[in-house]
Amino acid sequence: MDMTLFSNLALGFGVALTPINLMYCLVGVILGTLIGVLPGIGPVATIAMLLPVTFSLSPITALIMLAGIYYGAQYGGSTSAILVNLPGESSSVVTCLDGYQMARQGRAGVALATAAIGSFFAGCVATLIVAMFAPPLAEIALKFGPSEYFSLMVLGLVAAVVLAHGSVIKAVAMVILGLLLGLVGTDVNSGVLRFAFGISELADGIGFVTVAMGLFGTAEIITNLEMKDEREVFTNKVTNMFPTKEDWKRMWKPILRGTFLGSALGILPGGGALLASFGAYTLEKKVSKYGHEFGKGAIEGVAAPEAANNAGAQTSFIPLLTLGIPSNAVMALMIGAMMIQGIAPGPQVMTEKPQLFWGMIASMWVGNLMLVILNLPMIGMWIKLLTVPYRILFPSILVFMAIGVYSLSNNPFDVLLMMLFGLLGYIFVKLECEPAPLLLGFILGPLMEENLRRAMLLSRGDPIVFFTKPISAGFLIASILLLVILLLPNIRKKREEAFVEE
Amino acid sequence: MKIKSPKDFWAGLMFVGFGVFFMVVARNYQMGSAVRMGPAYFPTVLGGIMAVLGGIVLFQSLVVKGAPFPKLSFKPIFYISLALILFGYLLKPLGFILALVLMVFVSAFGGHEFKAKEVSILTVVLIIFSVLVFVKGLTLPFPLWPAFLG
Repeated sequence: MDMTLFSNLALGFGVALTPINLMYCLVGVILGTLIGVLPGIGPVATIAMLLPVTFSLSPITALIMLAGIYYGAQYGGSTSAILVNLPGESSSVVTCLDGYQMARQGRAGVALATAAIGSFFAGCVATLIVAMFAPPLAEIALKFGPSEYFSLMVLGLVAAVVLAHGSVIKAVAMVILGLLLGLVGTDVNSGVLRFAFGISELADGIGFVTVAMGLFGTAEIITNLEMKDEREVFTNKVTNMFPTKEDWKRMWKPILRGTFLGSALGILPGGGALLASFGAYTLEKKVSKYGHEFGKGAIEGVAAPEAANNAGAQTSFIPLLTLGIPSNAVMALMIGAMMIQGIAPGPQVMTEKPQLFWGMIASMWVGNLMLVILNLPMIGMWIKLLTVPYRILFPSILVFMAIGVYSLSNNPFDVLLMMLFGLLGYIFVKLECEPAPLLLGFILGPLMEENLRRAMLLSRGDPIVFFTKPISAGFLIASILLLVILLLPNIRKKREEAFVEE
Repeated sequence: MKIKSPKDFWAGLMFVGFGVFFMVVARNYQMGSAVRMGPAYFPTVLGGIMAVLGGIVLFQSLVVKGAPFPKLSFKPIFYISLALILFGYLLKPLGFILALVLMVFVSAFGGHEFKAKEVSILTVVLIIFSVLVFVKGLTLPFPLWPAFLG
């Protein structure tokens, strides 16, 4: 660690600690926790909903709030996983396994405290990791030409396929559908209006907020309404929050391992909180001497994945901040937020807008501190929220989504489009086609076409250029290897098992 | 030929459909060459790949046994969609408040049980909150009441 790291962080804290940024950071983490606690609404839909609201904020304030929603949701997700055995967030699926068992044994308070402590520690370390690794990566990225960018995006999209459930072929097809939908609107190169069918609202393309809210918000409401609303809440059983000495002894190593594994998995394209928590749980089950207790209320089974998902949530900002490439659906929305604010995401952000870059990193630490301080005393309130029936929640969610989408351009067409994407999303769920890869493709579609065009123009139409430039070739080979590995019968079986375990 | 995995069959058909659709529509634009790609180039290539992938899924669904076609629940689909359309297209003529009333009530019909009293209270709470936060706080330019009254 050199001195520039500290001066950079100091600059960041200077930005993050201004009253307005502190306030929006607080708003972000509380909102994040709220939607994390509530099953049936996730950070993707929430961030999409709030994007129009951020028009009026300064770029840094907007990004601080949106980031807070993402990592706040990881905190909240674990609360409902432990108390009701329902993962509020997909990344807290594994926390259900042992957290809920702990709650049934009357140790809900300890489980919640463990999750909070693990998350806070991981958040602190991950903030440092982002601060250390982002600058050198951005420096490399500055040397990227169009062919490198194109290949990197291919790798990112292939990685998104790895994380999708079910059939690999379907996931690839979803990515491509996303790329194609991203091309709707005016082609920047020729000025030709593509796939707009005379609808003037489509000239600027389909808004990604509309797509995200439809696929993740509306579709989820319809899916949830199919199921019966049954929950068993351990409301009055949260008494003792403090872990015993034995608990501390058992949790610190898993937290440490979870933090580092989570940080590493978060950086990978396609990674993030979800992959991190699964990876950490599996690892812990293997290395822990209490492995036989897993699934029966082992504290390690809460500590490791909770640390990992928070670490992963934060390090997944690295590819976004340095390369301008989103690694998951939430990051795709963050890119959208930056573009709304007139910031082109990419390695130049760090040098041209150091306040924005370092302010956001510092805010993550501040936000984590807020979460750990707020969350423990606020747990009573979150529990109350969990008893709110879904029949009250879904009309409210729908109202906020409709207002958010309508306000994008004060046009009912966007509401109609959101509804159509909701129907499409529902069909996707029914046909077991995951929408997350589609959203990534959707964001990357125009960028990919642009870089492909430029690369081909520079190479005079010779596609070999993608393999003669070493970095580009590396990305492409990695992508091909990933796909081949995925299609190997053996791995395929393992992957299916891994997803079934959910 | 018998469909062994209806779920995949329809998924495959959907991808083939989308792929062909994009390829056909792209024919209206210039193809260009690999050096100077026209607006049709990238979508045509992508549409082609997607159609092929869809074809593979389709083929597999005829060979490998899989899940049956899922049950669709039309009740929530209908009420949620209707609620959104009503809100979107009636906001300007009827104003924000009446559009909200319509949306909350219609969407609530899509749930498992409809309790009129509960929905009424929810509507009032949501109206007060939304007007304060979105119209007063964030100054979204929504008319509150019907145009013919104002």
